[in-house]
Amino acid sequence: MSDKIKLTINKQIVEVNPGTTVLKAAKSIGIEIPTLCHMDLCDFEFVNKSASCRVCVVEIEGRRNLAPSCVQKVEEGMVVKTHTPRAIRGRRTSVELLLSNHPQECFTCPKNLDCELQKLADDLNIRDIHYVGEKINYEKDSSSFSIVKDPNKCIMCRRCETMCNEVQTCGILSGVGRGFDVIVAPAFKLPLQDTSCTFCGQCVAVCPTAALTESNRTREVWRALADPTKHVIVQTAPAIRAAIGEEFGMEPGTLVTGEMVSSLRELGFDGVFDTDFAADLTIMEEASELVHRIEHNGTLPILTSCCPAWVKFIEHNYPEMLDIPSSCKSPHIMFGAIAKTYYAEKNNIDPEDMVIVSVMPCVAKKAEAHRPELTNYEDSNVDLVITTREAAAMIKEAGLDLKNMPKTDFDKMMGESSGAGVIFGTTGGVIEAATRTAYEWITGETLEDVEFNDMRGLEGIKSATVNIGDLELKIGIAHGLGNARKLLDSIKSGENEFHAIEIMACPGGCIGGGGQPYHLGDSEILKARQNALYAEDKGKKIRKSHENTEIIKVYKEFLGEPYGEKAHELLHTKYVKREKL
Amino acid sequence: MSIYRLNIMVCGGTGCMASDSQGIVDNFKDILKEKGYDQEVQVLKTGCFGFCEQGPIIKIHPDNVFYVKVTPEDVEEIVDEHIIKGRRVERLLYEDPDLKEKINEQSDMSFYKPQLRIALRNCGLINPEDIFEYIAYRGYEALGTVLKNQSPEDVINTMIQSNLRGRGGGGFPTGLKWKFANKAPGDEKYIICNADEGDPGAFMDRSILEGDPHSVLEAMAIAGYAIGAETGLIYIRAEYPLAIKRLEIAIDQAKEQGLLGKNIFGSDFNFNIKLKYGAGAFVCGEETALIASTEGLRGEPRNKPPFPATSGFKGKPTNVNNVETLANVAPIILNGPEWFNKIGTEKSNGTKVFALAGAINNVGLVEVPMGTTLREIVYDIGGGIRGGKAFKAVQTGGPSGGVITTKDLDTPIDYDSLQAIGSMMGSGGMIVMDEDTCMVSIAKFYLDFTQEESCGKCTPCRIGTKRIFEYLEKLTEGKATMDDLHNLKELCESVKDTALCGLGQTAPNPVLSTMEYYWDEYVAHVNGHCPTKECKALLSYTIDAEKCIGCTACVKKCPVDCISGERKEPHVIDEAVCIKCGACYDVCPVDAVIKP
Repeated sequence: MSDKIKLTINKQIVEVNPGTTVLKAAKSIGIEIPTLCHMDLCDFEFVNKSASCRVCVVEIEGRRNLAPSCVQKVEEGMVVKTHTPRAIRGRRTSVELLLSNHPQECFTCPKNLDCELQKLADDLNIRDIHYVGEKINYEKDSSSFSIVKDPNKCIMCRRCETMCNEVQTCGILSGVGRGFDVIVAPAFKLPLQDTSCTFCGQCVAVCPTAALTESNRTREVWRALADPTKHVIVQTAPAIRAAIGEEFGMEPGTLVTGEMVSSLRELGFDGVFDTDFAADLTIMEEASELVHRIEHNGTLPILTSCCPAWVKFIEHNYPEMLDIPSSCKSPHIMFGAIAKTYYAEKNNIDPEDMVIVSVMPCVAKKAEAHRPELTNYEDSNVDLVITTREAAAMIKEAGLDLKNMPKTDFDKMMGESSGAGVIFGTTGGVIEAATRTAYEWITGETLEDVEFNDMRGLEGIKSATVNIGDLELKIGIAHGLGNARKLLDSIKSGENEFHAIEIMACPGGCIGGGGQPYHLGDSEILKARQNALYAEDKGKKIRKSHENTEIIKVYKEFLGEPYGEKAHELLHTKYVKREKL
Repeated sequence: MSIYRLNIMVCGGTGCMASDSQGIVDNFKDILKEKGYDQEVQVLKTGCFGFCEQGPIIKIHPDNVFYVKVTPEDVEEIVDEHIIKGRRVERLLYEDPDLKEKINEQSDMSFYKPQLRIALRNCGLINPEDIFEYIAYRGYEALGTVLKNQSPEDVINTMIQSNLRGRGGGGFPTGLKWKFANKAPGDEKYIICNADEGDPGAFMDRSILEGDPHSVLEAMAIAGYAIGAETGLIYIRAEYPLAIKRLEIAIDQAKEQGLLGKNIFGSDFNFNIKLKYGAGAFVCGEETALIASTEGLRGEPRNKPPFPATSGFKGKPTNVNNVETLANVAPIILNGPEWFNKIGTEKSNGTKVFALAGAINNVGLVEVPMGTTLREIVYDIGGGIRGGKAFKAVQTGGPSGGVITTKDLDTPIDYDSLQAIGSMMGSGGMIVMDEDTCMVSIAKFYLDFTQEESCGKCTPCRIGTKRIFEYLEKLTEGKATMDDLHNLKELCESVKDTALCGLGQTAPNPVLSTMEYYWDEYVAHVNGHCPTKECKALLSYTIDAEKCIGCTACVKKCPVDCISGERKEPHVIDEAVCIKCGACYDVCPVDAVIKP
């Protein structure tokens, strides 16, 4: 192709498309330039362009200064040198300067051995910090139940800002202050809890250091496990099994359901259950609500409500639309509600002696568990929420190697799940699961092909039409809050009409959640996790929620009718209008 | 419009305002009214005359009389003598310090004689709040000429031929900048006037805006016509309320007269100007940061390319010019590029305004042809070093520039010569230093400024300038080692090499430049000695036992009781407690206290 740009990098001639960065051009011929602030969310088409760390600087002939290769576009005839002593000095200086203003408490840091700054310092052979001086000294923000913000570890890479403002369009985090004291923070340096942060945790997911981490609850879990008076049970969300293996060095997308169950059981939990069971329960309620709204001319579209970050987003940003989300509690909360009633009753346990632990791919679920309306009989439905990463840390702490653990099944009563429950973990999964059930309930016919390909994939906004008898069911799907905003705006403006909409706050859905092993926007990892969930669904004998035998049993023995009185009391919730700040 | 017999122009610049020029204005108004002259004599607060040292200044037109160091109490005499009786108040005329003679004409003063005022042409001459006074001095004639007789390309060619270069510091050819913005594809384009003057001590842009706002509006319209923009924005710091007020008046008047708005001069050209206020961040003088701030975002620079000419305000092609640059445009159009080429040096045409400050007799604002030597500015215009001390250096380019020493006093001042000797033109701050100035302290002063003003975006600027400042602090406290000195130098070079925008890339210049010319001074600080005795922490006072008569005068005066000794016996100072206030030195009747 003649419109290629030809340049020289380290004496090698390379031809690339116009608009390519020097960083990518170098990579294309196997030359690695270290980076720190750079983040390319490839398939999601977002790039953190701040070029602020100045680590990826290279020498370009004829230029007075070093150029940041992450944003510097190639030019015809450009001569680039990536590792001259001058470039390396620039790079080292930047990293040394960052370290000179860093707490350097790596031993006890939540990101120890997972920290990009730490790795970079090692890669650049930094054994001595020449520059010492004052360090910034801010209070940690532990105001929320979800996210801990430690400004002293912030290196101003602005990745969190790109996620928060461009990808999620929440606008909570931005640079505040001037000079040496600048940090990324909410406006007026407000505590996160006092902002309209949704706690989606995508900032945590991309932070290269420990400036943003999840609020760690592992000590409380250990404490509960150590208490002989407590009956401690754990549930794992659909997306955990497809990702937790990565924390033990396994390939992304390796399904480790059985190994995970054994590992958790080994930690001492009195029961290891599956949130997928509760996902099936959610479908029973949500599909009933959908059918009810269709049959009774209720408000449409119906919006899924499994994702707590999404729920908080709509409460802050679209308070006038609070009548459209489904009133269903999210699956892990439903699980808690059933565990503390039905399970407790059956096993003759006082609910007050129970501790329900959720392993979630999510940091928003931590805050969700504390919402006052998600309690029954003044007792939280769920007591403790830990992320995939925290669960992996606990397993490692116990000296267990998940890889080599035997495969065992979830415990009975709340351990069975259909394929529909499994795919809750990916974008499009909830609505596909709901469609499988709604189809059969409305038509009374058996759905032969349960896979809806229009609802799958990683496209930001998807739509699908399903013919259910006379009804053309129109479905919209969005993942990432920026896409959710676009979709909602299109409904508000009347541009789009849907019967049902699924929204997940995180790119990819729960597989890309803020509590998952760090993927840093690598969509290949997300695809592998997604494929793993679809594979598990495919392998299941039961692939429709309403066919889950444990679900049938819980309605028969305890709940009565789906969407009935008892179900309403235990499994449904309400939303509150929240201020925007 | 009323016609007045006399116009009294009272300087409304910051210096004169600080010396109560407002009181002068008020007194004039009261006394003229009281004596019944308020209908024939007008009192105006005008832009800066430049000769701040002699302020408050008033000038009376058309008599062309220039009074200096006027106080509100002098007003009655001026009214009685000058206004009523037509006699000059001799005692308020400027006296030449060498000739010891009163000087009548402004143009005969040694301060003004070597000056050539193009950008400041109307400052102090016209009433900035009256568009007709601007028009009377050929105002808006250039815009009319351009719209009637020239194509945008013609205008750009004139600007390219004139070789006018950006006066904000960068020195990029203005005509080329216009050409790039003209050629950039897009229907919506913008002209931005950078009035975010942030260089400490520089106030030429404010003076132009306060003294001659229409010259900037007219130039923006011409630039708009040249690049194809219909909207102009003036990014001005909110700390310039008078400039803002005058711009608002000027914009309204220009709109009323059809010189802004739709179909200007009956052409198809429409142009409007809006003001955008900045919060006074130094970094917002950098054009990409300025644009971000104009858009309502945090004032942070971004990497270039793309340059604003292709992607600027709201992502549209945008041309950003500084105030002083724009003030040169109309005269170039009116007098032709050849006229402009004849002024200045080969590669730097025209004039430059400098804010002269520091250890110099005539502090003020001066506009001189490019190529004027530093010696002429310091000694002829500036009247030499204050207190008869020896000249040490001049800092040009503000916190981004470097020092010029005695050996370069005869360098003709233009963009390239200054760069060649390790400094830069910058926006025109010129701080003169005498023999008592410690160069390490000067570098520390500038780094204190830049590290505060860094936007904090990139590592080298956010942390690097802070660390540089800390090294300099250590040096001035006598705590630095030779290792520190070498690390400091390397850090400076690296920050210069890696920082994202001009602020960070030039921030180490004051250090590197003083290190180059005064390395020995840096080493002296490592050895615990400040040659100019400016660094207090490095001083130690002692008492000469031979001379001391034991009078105890110093003991009584010492605020920290660190001097001891028997009456009539030699005294000693406890260095560990001494705060180096110098009180003992001042009080000793026999000069026994040795000042370090």
